[in-house]
Amino acid sequence: MKSLPVIFLGVFFTLAFSWTGVVLIPQQQFGALERQEADDGTMHPAPLSGLATQGLQVYLDLGCVYCHSHQVRRPGFGGDTEWGWGDRQSVARDYINQPVMVLGTMRTGPDLKNVGDRIPDAGWHYTHLYDSRLSHPDSIMPPYRFLFEKRKITGEPHPRALSGLGDQAPPEGYEIVPTRRADALVAFLLSQRLNYDLEEAQREF
Amino acid sequence: MSNSPSLTESIRPGADPHVAERARLGEIDESVRLPVLVFTIAALFWLMVGTLFGLLASFKFHNYEFFADAAWLSMGRIRTAHLNTVIYGWSTCAGIAVALWLMCRLSRTRMRHANILIVAAIFWNVGLTVGIYGILAGDMTSIEWLEIPGYATPLLFIAYACIGLWAIITFRFRTNSHVYVSQWYILAALLWFPWLYGTAQIMLIFEPVRGTVQSLVNWWFAHNVLGLWFTPLGLAAVYYFIPKVLGKPIHSYYLSILAFWTLALFYNWAGVHHLIGGPVPAWVISAGVVASVMMVIPVLITALNHHVTMVGSFGMLKWSPVLRFSVFAAMSYTAVSLQGSMMALRSVNEITSFTHFTVGHSHWGMYAWFTMAMFGALYYIMPRLLKREWPSATLIRVHFWAVALGVGTYIVALTIAGWIQGLYMTDPSRVDSFGDITSFTLPWLVVRSISGVMILIGHVAFVINVALILAAKPAKESAPTLFSETSDDLGKEAARS
Ligand code: HEC
Repeated sequence: MKSLPVIFLGVFFTLAFSWTGVVLIPQQQFGALERQEADDGTMHPAPLSGLATQGLQVYLDLGCVYCHSHQVRRPGFGGDTEWGWGDRQSVARDYINQPVMVLGTMRTGPDLKNVGDRIPDAGWHYTHLYDSRLSHPDSIMPPYRFLFEKRKITGEPHPRALSGLGDQAPPEGYEIVPTRRADALVAFLLSQRLNYDLEEAQREF
Repeated sequence: MSNSPSLTESIRPGADPHVAERARLGEIDESVRLPVLVFTIAALFWLMVGTLFGLLASFKFHNYEFFADAAWLSMGRIRTAHLNTVIYGWSTCAGIAVALWLMCRLSRTRMRHANILIVAAIFWNVGLTVGIYGILAGDMTSIEWLEIPGYATPLLFIAYACIGLWAIITFRFRTNSHVYVSQWYILAALLWFPWLYGTAQIMLIFEPVRGTVQSLVNWWFAHNVLGLWFTPLGLAAVYYFIPKVLGKPIHSYYLSILAFWTLALFYNWAGVHHLIGGPVPAWVISAGVVASVMMVIPVLITALNHHVTMVGSFGMLKWSPVLRFSVFAAMSYTAVSLQGSMMALRSVNEITSFTHFTVGHSHWGMYAWFTMAMFGALYYIMPRLLKREWPSATLIRVHFWAVALGVGTYIVALTIAGWIQGLYMTDPSRVDSFGDITSFTLPWLVVRSISGVMILIGHVAFVINVALILAAKPAKESAPTLFSETSDDLGKEAARS
């Protein structure tokens, strides 16, 4: 076995073999999953709104995935449900509306697949993104202040200016206003919910 | 292998029967000099950049206000820039440099079409620069190991394809009928990589598949970069340099071929162990777990082969830097691979997945194994290319100890941090809040930053030494190339011991 063709064929077949198994067959099996109809006629999962899709882009370009996973493992495996990161495991169908997968491999912070259900308050997310220490004094999540704008108040204060910033509050006469990127990101976070049932992911109460 | 001079034969060059052969090797070295140097220098540039990125990311973990207001230096981006510079900049360029040199050496042929390689180097480094810039500027894809934005990757692909083409040409012109196992590994790696990379790019960036099939493609790719690109290149180097420096043949040629084919078969499937418990079909994961465990076979065979070759020669570690780095690498390969197989077991994975344990594991693999193998190889290759010796033995010593202790500390710190993190994360009843886990792991992350500084010191020593050897005058220009070089070599080595 000394010749180029042997190596070449070996290289070809081994990779083709694994590609067929790991990629092609699963693609046939569940690459074209559709939404599922619930008893009340609603279709799950709901599509991502335009703003939430932009928010996913922000999530991607800031690399939130390197500290947060985006998958809930089945109850009894790894404590995900005990943490309250979801009442059920996430299954392939939960992801079909999302253009890019961010399942993640690291949990420096909690899982976010169900974060919209867990923390539905947009205001909380804005403050937390501005400085996570305001809600969790021991957090090591970096502050994302650059997603906000510090503005001089002229006339009426902005209706969505952040409040409750504690020692991070801007000086008198200034306000902190979310940028469009912050709005999109929060819309994406709020859209992440596993609060519906799918046949293949029996909910465990 | 058999007809190149061993070290013992080189001790008295005058009585050496291989003078003609060595002159020929000198000529081959001459022909590969430019491409190998270009890739080496690029590799070192990226090594330094990558080290700084890594250090910065590490500092930001325990010092979140550090450059916090610069989006392009934010944690997610800088960490990703680190990964991509060390993987595609340092490791890949160094791997290519070593592979080019080995390929010509082992095929006993002068380098043909060096210009293909220069073109490849240009495409490669321009593509990577654009890519890293893209990551920092906010265009990264967040698809692990494929973060470089789609506008830069075609440049990288062209570079890879050029190199694969060149390797096939060189292999076809070999004058040595015997094919050494290193050639197998290099050729296979150079063929696997463009194909892997191209497929993943198409299925994830240009025509993305839907849903979590993406994650399968992602991990099929990302783990195969390690298994079918870096591992074969590293093994090719170790398989060559350990026997070379020792001056004795590898323990068993047939075992090495067996290990090659089992690696080719099993490693391919192993990647999906990153998705254990995830939203993908259970049978794919099971196949991945089985393959990961089967990897024990090629690993143990390779370990046997490397370590049995070393038996009786451990004393030589005292004086040969090449050997010291290479053996450190080979031992790490055995250890990290066995660890990897264990981490794929569901019961272990339940704890280690999603933790710093995995980060420790990947540095064990990419640094303590692959990077050390490359350092060892470069310590051998550079003097032959430049026809002069390393200017400073002290710098080599600093390099070795700083990086060996540095990466050792790194691995220990993150393994402990990850295990703690994993134990608490699997059982929330043991802690009051998620923040407790952060507090438990934080001291170890500080230790990681310290180890990063040690590694940086080692790299600085290496880069200075490389700069000095590049700047130095060729030793005794009139003397026969390898002749004087080998005797110089021994003089230095003797002084060192
Ligand atoms: C350095 C790692 C790190 C990065 C990067 C990071 N986070 Fe976090 N995140 C954490 C940690 C640690 C926590 C837990 C403490 C807390 O709530 O602040 C957390 C908590 C959260 C929470 C609250 C979850 C809960 O259940 O309480 C949300 C929402 C969140 N992060 C969103 C994001 C977004 C969006 C990004 C990207 C812009 C991001 N994080 C980037 C580490 C990180």
